[in-house]
Amino acid sequence: MDFGFNDEQRAIKETAREMLAKRSPMSKVREAAESRSYDDALWSEISELGWPGIAIAEEHGGQGLGLMELTILCEELGYACAPTPFLSNAVAGLIVAQAGSDEQQDRWLPGVASGEARGASELTAPEEESLVADAEGAAFLVLSEGDEGARIVEPGAAEAEPVELIDATRAFARVSAEDGDPLPGGVEEAIDRALVALAAELVGVSQRALEMAVDYAKEREQFERPIGAYQAVSHRCAGMLYETEEARSLTYYAGWCADAEPESLAMASSMAKARASDAAWRVTADALQVLGGIGFTWEHDLQFLLKRAKVDGRLLGDARRHRERVASLAGLHAEQPAAV
Amino acid sequence: MDLTLNQEEQAFQDEVRAWLEENHPGPEPESEQGKFEFRREWQRKLHEAGWAGISWPKEYGGRGATLIEQAIFSGEMARTKAPSPANVLGLVMGGPVVIAHGTEEQKERFLEPILSAEEIWCQGFSEPESGSDLASLKTKAVKENGGWRATGQKVWTTYAHEAKWCMLVARTDSDVPKHKGLTYFICDMEQDEIEVRPLRQITGEAEFNEIFLEGAYIPDENLIGGEGNGWNVAITTLMHERAGLGAASAIQVRRDLDELIALINERGLGDDPVIRQRIAELKMGVEALRLGSLRALTQQMKVGIPGPEGSVAKWEWANLNQALTELAVDVLGPEALQPGSEWAYRFLRARANSIEGGTTEVMKNIIAERVLGLPRLR
Repeated sequence: MDFGFNDEQRAIKETAREMLAKRSPMSKVREAAESRSYDDALWSEISELGWPGIAIAEEHGGQGLGLMELTILCEELGYACAPTPFLSNAVAGLIVAQAGSDEQQDRWLPGVASGEARGASELTAPEEESLVADAEGAAFLVLSEGDEGARIVEPGAAEAEPVELIDATRAFARVSAEDGDPLPGGVEEAIDRALVALAAELVGVSQRALEMAVDYAKEREQFERPIGAYQAVSHRCAGMLYETEEARSLTYYAGWCADAEPESLAMASSMAKARASDAAWRVTADALQVLGGIGFTWEHDLQFLLKRAKVDGRLLGDARRHRERVASLAGLHAEQPAAV
Repeated sequence: MDLTLNQEEQAFQDEVRAWLEENHPGPEPESEQGKFEFRREWQRKLHEAGWAGISWPKEYGGRGATLIEQAIFSGEMARTKAPSPANVLGLVMGGPVVIAHGTEEQKERFLEPILSAEEIWCQGFSEPESGSDLASLKTKAVKENGGWRATGQKVWTTYAHEAKWCMLVARTDSDVPKHKGLTYFICDMEQDEIEVRPLRQITGEAEFNEIFLEGAYIPDENLIGGEGNGWNVAITTLMHERAGLGAASAIQVRRDLDELIALINERGLGDDPVIRQRIAELKMGVEALRLGSLRALTQQMKVGIPGPEGSVAKWEWANLNQALTELAVDVLGPEALQPGSEWAYRFLRARANSIEGGTTEVMKNIIAERVLGLPRLR
């Protein structure tokens, strides 16, 4: 029993934290958000480091590591709020790797792993209006097909209309496409893995917002004291830590389940996504309250985290939807399951 | 990261399970006195099999189990609804304090009867005017040839009426800052200078007591950790109390949640979307507590001392147990609101969870100051 990172995982985390602090500081995030564009050089560097292929099998050009390692990277990318097509590409990779034929895997996964011919995936829940993240510039799109299936569509056969969401650090599009190349397998487990990646991103967002709030509470003085000395503020910060840590425990557990105990993944991934969605929203909203007026200004960077938290919380199903799934998996019988 | 038990841990769990299957005493009797004797008997059995001082070093009659093994053991106890041992305060706090701060003579004198439940221990920390602000306590001990005389009042003292020994923190110097003037004593409860009065709580029962000390005598050899060092000794006690509690309490709440889910299914209420959302929240809370405690245990095994993470677990557990019992009462309706109903008892008892063993507000202070590094107000 050891609920901690091994040396390699710790190294991945530290490298990612350092690299993103240097290459994607908040000033760069702001630049990208205000221009609604990505820094292509950042994507190239991330690709050279092998991040997009971290959880892709070596035979397809990846590093052959597990979902836990992908989880670590997603947490750091969330912490940096980095504007990259990483998540959408990773989800496309997870789906093709699980549900794709050998031929489809041979054709698409190497591009996903190298980042040179990346995939883009639909990231909305099945019953919601379909939105694909980072469709522009992708070599292939993964769209849902019926309840549990997916198909691959090439950009030439699809029409993508950009849709701007409040999170300007990620590009979304409404994609319409007839036909496409169906994947023979079911995608449920791949989506569960994608939930863990998203939850990890949300944990990173929460951690960053918590740190912003705490740093500010130590510096900012009112009534001749740092505001962090007042329990109305310090207890709020303690609550933010509580929320962040619970979401983190559930997310790491889900990452571990994906690699080591797949029979527990369905429950674990929905618990992680539900809790991380709620946590990230509450923590970023609380951070804004701690920051006060400055946190409400365009000039302050918290807005990127707050907006990322709200949009991510919705992707692949919101907290309510995943709690519904948890209730079923926990053994609550329903004659008529509630609509999700 | 590996959340499965390794070979040795698995073997340990098998051993615990096999032993419990053979020796589990079954449900506890209803009456207070009957319950206490039942628990004393249970501890004797645990002790004979070497389970009583599971965390204690072997040289003092314990098992010297690792933190993970301790978590496995308490998890199995919770899972099978095994009773607590009668001398729980002696085992969790008294013994460890004597081991950490006591002299050889004190170890010789006190440890064995703690394990065997021959001598029950209670804790004399809180006072009517000193709850969260423990260091402000007023009970005074003054020197008298060869010993001390203690005068004052203690409150929330579990098992005081059964106890032979009280872990008593008293003020021995009023001229120094409040944390520095305290001394830790082991006080004999069997003397006329001590009066014990039961304290009836909102559940109707009296788990706790008040104790009144009117010049209670304590010989010098029963002072622990040196004169004026009481605060440090008491803090070690509290750290031990909180460490590792999370993993066991998570198993207990998980068991209660399963019971509640079965109850909801039985009543055909599984369709209710609000109940479904609340159950899911509880499920996530239970797992977050369990996993967070395992993360903290892993950390503690690497660093060696219990960290402030125990404060998060204590807070989580109180929240969870209150939310769980509230849902149970909502689901069951009026029948759960009748005195004597098991869930009415649990529901009322849970209100103390965010107060006992450190209030949720104190947990938040600890997290704010020691984890987040925020400035203190004081």
